[in-house]
Amino acid sequence: MKRHNPGTESRTAQVLLIGLALAFLAFFLMLPLIAVFSEALKQGLGLFLSAVSNPDALSAIRLTLIIAAISVPLNMVFGVAASWAITKFSFPGKNLLLTLIDLPFSVSPVVSGLIFVLLFGAQGLLGPWLSAQGVKIIFAVPGIILATVFITFPFVARELIPLMMEQGKDDEEAALSLGANGWQTFWHVTLPNIRWGLLYGVLLCNARAMGEFGAVSVVSGHIRGETNTMPLHVEILYNEYDFVGAFAVASLLAALALVTLVLKTVLEWRFDLHSGARH
Amino acid sequence: MPSMTTRKASWRAPSVLPGFGLTFGFTLAWLSLIVLIPLSMLFIKSAGMGWQSFVDVGFSDRALTAYRLSFGTALAAAFVNAVFGLLVAWVLVRYAFPGKRVISALVDLPFALPTAVAGIALTALYAPSGWVGQYLDPLGIKVAFTPIGITVALIFIGLPFVVRSVEPVLADLGKDVEEAAATLGANRAQTFARVIFPAILPALFTGFALAFARGVGEYGSVIFISGNMPGRTEIAPLLIVTQLEQYNYDGATAIAMVMMLVSFAVLFTLNAVQSIRRRRLGA
Repeated sequence: MKRHNPGTESRTAQVLLIGLALAFLAFFLMLPLIAVFSEALKQGLGLFLSAVSNPDALSAIRLTLIIAAISVPLNMVFGVAASWAITKFSFPGKNLLLTLIDLPFSVSPVVSGLIFVLLFGAQGLLGPWLSAQGVKIIFAVPGIILATVFITFPFVARELIPLMMEQGKDDEEAALSLGANGWQTFWHVTLPNIRWGLLYGVLLCNARAMGEFGAVSVVSGHIRGETNTMPLHVEILYNEYDFVGAFAVASLLAALALVTLVLKTVLEWRFDLHSGARH
Repeated sequence: MPSMTTRKASWRAPSVLPGFGLTFGFTLAWLSLIVLIPLSMLFIKSAGMGWQSFVDVGFSDRALTAYRLSFGTALAAAFVNAVFGLLVAWVLVRYAFPGKRVISALVDLPFALPTAVAGIALTALYAPSGWVGQYLDPLGIKVAFTPIGITVALIFIGLPFVVRSVEPVLADLGKDVEEAAATLGANRAQTFARVIFPAILPALFTGFALAFARGVGEYGSVIFISGNMPGRTEIAPLLIVTQLEQYNYDGATAIAMVMMLVSFAVLFTLNAVQSIRRRRLGA
């Protein structure tokens, strides 16, 4: 008889623990995911398709894509610049800077929206001046973009900083000593080194930008066809008891989440990027 | 430490790499524009409203009930996540079973799934007529539209924080210490309690605090399942939205300020614990 290895649990204990963990995950993660798709298709494919091709739904989809197309590149450029400054140079106050970059993660989404209302809203600090100039930020697309950029602010930087810290600056120094200028070094040496990490950060940033609800809800004003993003449209339909419509739009967002998870897993697997606790 | 306004050459270490001025300047400018200036509005607005009116709204009965609910449910959810998150991390790191890669990817679902989607899905499941609710309702257990429902939503939202915090530490933990403990006659439970658990406790605490902080501020997934009854299932972030809808900016600011100070306190404790851990490890 094979003796039990005292350095690990008995096979029975293992099976029990695995079963318990899987049951927990099935109940708390799988079931809600299945519910989204099942509710969306409950009344048949026809109703699902008409719900997602309805003009209000289409304009919400369009707005969500526009918001992501603007806010993700902004945070991508910021993430690369911040990582370059932080990992290639040493200067005092670096830890403070890192903490400040992480700050949006510790602020409630609702508060993230509120601060822009306080700044740009009708009763806000700059509100009267802005309305005199005819510029509308709150209850308009610029406000949604600002809130989204705030919410997704740390994603790319957080992914790149540990990666670039680990890579050091030997490659860049070698390129410079061989006569490359700063931009050539960045484009031909640094960027190829960090591209998969960058893609990983952009992927997570994009998922959050498209799915953000609380912050966007505060600044959007929920004007149908104008300032209604997909998550906000889900809420409106749900509150009108149009459950098929709400779950149909929600299922598109859930599909986006699944694609994000698959790509993320492929990147982790293929390029050995591992994730820490992320928001 | 020299102030930030001194010339850069004098305060940063010399480097042959170019681009410090450009990237550092851009980082500071963008950080100020998007994060620091807007966030400072909370302080400016709070300072402008006077202590008495700040206390009147920020610590009104309705606000205190909302804080108690938000912090209480976030704490309960973080505890559940600490237990089950540790279990999931343990199973993923230590055991082999079919479909492990898929399960591991699934753990991140709450990071990827928009909160509003999670909110309506959980409500559909736990409403009295829902897939799960229909079995709980005859037993007299009401989940949707009660604080239990809020806790369920926060368990969903917070789980990955614990799993992803504990996983790397558990994976790095050498088998040799456990084998040494076993050699010295410890049984498996003793080894876990005396050797493994102390080593992963700081990471577990980090995950717990992250899940808690996220739960306190969470809005999207909660508002659908909570039912939003003032005094019963009205969470603090919802109270902020309610104040805003009534154009009571002062009230919204006061509540936001109290919530943010508590969140910062949590973040600060978290960093303190992590630096203690680093010092202990001698890194």
